[in-house]
Amino acid sequence: MTGPRTLYDKIWDDHVVRRGEDGTDLVWIDRHLIHEVTSPQAFEGLRVAGRRLRRPDLTLAVPDHNVPTTARDRPNPDPQSALQLDMLTRNCAEFGVELIAMNAAAQGIVHVIGPEQGFTLPGLTLVCGDSHTATHGAFGALAFGIGTSEVEHVFATQTLQLKRARTMRVTVTGALGFSISAKDVALAICGWLGAGGGTGHVIEYAGPVIEALSMEGRMTVCNMAIEAGARAGLIAPDAKTFAYVEGRPRSPQGADWDAALAYWRTLPSDPGAVFDAEITIDGSAIAPLVTWGTSPEDVVPITGVVPEPGGFADPSKQAAAAASLAYMGLTAGERLDGVRVENVFIGSCTNSRIEDLRAAAAVAKGRHVAAHVRQALVVPGSGLVKRQAEAEGLDRVFIDAGFDWREPGCSMCLGMNPDKVPAGERCASTSNRNFVGRQGPGARTHLLSPAMAAAAAVTGRLTDVRELMA
Amino acid sequence: MQPFHTLSGVAVPFGNSNVDTDVIVPARFLKTVTRAGLGAHAFATLREDPANIFDQPRNAGAPILIAGDNFGCGSSREHAPWALADMGFRVVIAPSFADIFAGNAFKNGMLLVALPQDQIDRLLAVARDHDITVDLENQVVTTPFQDRFAFAVDSFRKDCLLHGRDEIALTEARSADVAAFEARLRPWVANAAQRAA
Repeated sequence: MTGPRTLYDKIWDDHVVRRGEDGTDLVWIDRHLIHEVTSPQAFEGLRVAGRRLRRPDLTLAVPDHNVPTTARDRPNPDPQSALQLDMLTRNCAEFGVELIAMNAAAQGIVHVIGPEQGFTLPGLTLVCGDSHTATHGAFGALAFGIGTSEVEHVFATQTLQLKRARTMRVTVTGALGFSISAKDVALAICGWLGAGGGTGHVIEYAGPVIEALSMEGRMTVCNMAIEAGARAGLIAPDAKTFAYVEGRPRSPQGADWDAALAYWRTLPSDPGAVFDAEITIDGSAIAPLVTWGTSPEDVVPITGVVPEPGGFADPSKQAAAAASLAYMGLTAGERLDGVRVENVFIGSCTNSRIEDLRAAAAVAKGRHVAAHVRQALVVPGSGLVKRQAEAEGLDRVFIDAGFDWREPGCSMCLGMNPDKVPAGERCASTSNRNFVGRQGPGARTHLLSPAMAAAAAVTGRLTDVRELMA
Repeated sequence: MQPFHTLSGVAVPFGNSNVDTDVIVPARFLKTVTRAGLGAHAFATLREDPANIFDQPRNAGAPILIAGDNFGCGSSREHAPWALADMGFRVVIAPSFADIFAGNAFKNGMLLVALPQDQIDRLLAVARDHDITVDLENQVVTTPFQDRFAFAVDSFRKDCLLHGRDEIALTEARSADVAAFEARLRPWVANAAQRAA
């Protein structure tokens, strides 16, 4: 291809092993992250077919989805989770894959540990059997979630048969207001595009708001690309990216570092590169957002009200909104500010990094979790995040305020481990999905930022954090 | 993969939009280490209602599902198409599908047919009492009436589905290309190990 190219075009072109005449290319995969839930059937597939794992050295495993966040020295109370965790350990040993074990210092959520370890680098293709793999796009890596058959395909061949995606650029202009975070940007984009608006596309996030975000914030934005239907999100690598990556355990060093840096600097989209779709969002107008329904597109400012289902143009959305309100126990016209919550979850691959914990701790400091809040969990994204937070005294802030300070994992984001929201109860959650039953059967999820979650914990209600922090 | 040519049968007129993977199979059922048996948990939350559409006598074991747009959004869990296949579905017809779900469904020999909403509405009405036919070779959905709805399908996926091809074996046939590409990798790309400090 000649002419100006996008970041996506450049990474794609650099990884095509063989172009298909029918539009399906064979694409090389540089890095493969695996976890306990979506890998067992792929390993079994290799075994049945008598295949080996082609590049175990480019594969890294970590248990995260169903690990308990308490009492890890005791036997796992759930035999099915224990079996999956044990199978991951045995499969890694059999096929020669490095495993960061549950009790290792570096264990954590797969999308937190990849960047932390320098396994995630700009310009790479990176896959994982988890849709939030989009997170790694914050580094200018083409990263996307795959199913278990594709996990097996990567195991066997270190490639995937893929169709090139369309490109979309989402430019966020202006500057974020007081107490507005990357999570609010991510939710604003989901609301703007809708849950299917990015389908078939890879989104490149750009503009002054994105450039001003830290690497942690950029990861939060890319993480939720999939909630707008885009399989991958991308942000051009810059000096912030390189500073984050330099000196990580698996990052290139010496002459390799210099060569890598020279290559990474060629990656940003060329001036004049054409995207299939262009969207501009005014970042200065973004308020703290909260979801009212059961799709991440159901966002409203905390100062707003629950919408009237009849107000949606699309008849199927009207029916979906009505069903959402019944499930959520909300009434059209009701103010979001003041809705009572019984559970608070600060964690997940969206918001469990050090900056997220700092933002939540700044709100929690000197306050206390409301008496009627039954669970207020803080679940760091990794052992390294946990250690950093403890070095900064954030654990004391949370514990003194009445929060539970837990071991790292996916936890209450999807309730595969014992951390669940009871049926009919509400949760102010920093996670990424408010689907029916996501945090437990009958659980009612409100997605929001870490600062907003901490504000909800201390007031016991959805609350505009700007009023608490003013 | 089991080859797919033409299929006629009961189509469940479900119709919901934004059906996410947690609706198709909730996370608590993902602790399995095999592909089989997930059908019992498919649409678990909806099926708590005894009057649910999936357990009506006409629909039990139906091979075709008709849904609204953005079907399969959310997680990458292949447990979603495994659960649908285990219920008996081989075709899903909807206005649009989430990307990862579409790839996963295809790899399990499931045909996804995207049609405009007005044609979906027609099929939802017909399917209440009549069988529907899906012909992959000719890329057309027909009803016992005069309806003939043409659909598009990716040529690679069509070929794999018609012949039941094993995608890994197809890629292995390109192993010389893969090895040549691999030999040219930048040294820091080819090495993901921990470096000495």
